[in-house]
Amino acid sequence: MGKIMTVIKKDWRNDIYAVFKNLNITMVSHVPDAGHTPLINLCEKDNEIDVVTLTTEQDGVGLSCGAYAGGRKSALLMQSSGVGNCINALALPNICRIPFLTIVSMRGEWGEFIPWQVPMGLGTPKVLEAMDIKVFRADYKDEVGSTVDAAARFAFNTKRSAAVLLSQKMIGAKQFKNG
Amino acid sequence: MIDRRPFVQKILKNRKDNLRVVSGIGTSTWDIMSAGDNKGNFGFIGAMGQSIPFALGLAKSQPDLRILLFTGDGDTLMSLGSMATVANHPVNNLTIIVLDNESYVETGSQPTATAGKSDLELIAKGSGISNSYTVTNENDYEKIMNTIYDEEGPSLIVVKCQAKATPLVFPHSFDGSVSINRFMSSIKS
Repeated sequence: MGKIMTVIKKDWRNDIYAVFKNLNITMVSHVPDAGHTPLINLCEKDNEIDVVTLTTEQDGVGLSCGAYAGGRKSALLMQSSGVGNCINALALPNICRIPFLTIVSMRGEWGEFIPWQVPMGLGTPKVLEAMDIKVFRADYKDEVGSTVDAAARFAFNTKRSAAVLLSQKMIGAKQFKNG
Repeated sequence: MIDRRPFVQKILKNRKDNLRVVSGIGTSTWDIMSAGDNKGNFGFIGAMGQSIPFALGLAKSQPDLRILLFTGDGDTLMSLGSMATVANHPVNNLTIIVLDNESYVETGSQPTATAGKSDLELIAKGSGISNSYTVTNENDYEKIMNTIYDEEGPSLIVVKCQAKATPLVFPHSFDGSVSINRFMSSIKS
């Protein structure tokens, strides 16, 4: 009798979710991106995680800092285009030494179809570094979990801001079709 | 029109132990500090537009405390979308008081949008914060105190104020890390 092999397709977003659970991150805010959708869905199914949909990414900075002041850890999910919206707000975790963690899905860098995504895609790491954010990057699926774990520990242990850039090479560039 | 400084002081006089107070950038921070130093205060001196999301995050994390945000029309206008976020992720322990003097007093009293056609109570209601109202004289003091301590939030109160410069009253520290740690110690204890 041949055995039926079941291959469990494990998505790298599960690895991010596992870090959230392991480090007791209980609030996740976002302006959505397709790259984050499976992770957002996992968080929404979890009664211990508050998922907050924002109208602009910068509000996730204030929300995250207020949550920390009240004793809860959180993470902000956004697309690279949202990083530019956050610049002045990032003064808050910086000057208060409040741990801040964001996970950024990159656009405009690897096989991008939409030219409008390129400027902020190119600017994202520079802008974050200009604001003293420690930038981590994951280019391959099997390094996502360890990278997010390292960034989260950096943020919460040293009370600084950390960003994980999830590369478009890994997420995949969507090719749009007219009509 | 209300004289904001004595009005804020009156609200914060004999404050209850379950109240924590946040203020947005500008005169609001000097206002709450003028009511006396308190570990349960956290005042923004920068990061304009972030006081409403901060207060929401705090209220979500501390459901047993009453959270009161004093902020100005300028700070509020910078992040109008945050009202929609407050409305759609509601917390019952948050009161936002917008001290609306219709001007950017600290930079030379340039008029804000509320000096023109914009109405923050209507924007709040349209965003979904149904318990929103405007106060133009001090007769509504008891109603405001009831909102802060007893009503189910989130609530937003627009307090129409005189546009006049008031003395700066500095917080315990301008170092944000000192301020936030002091504030957090008031929550842990």
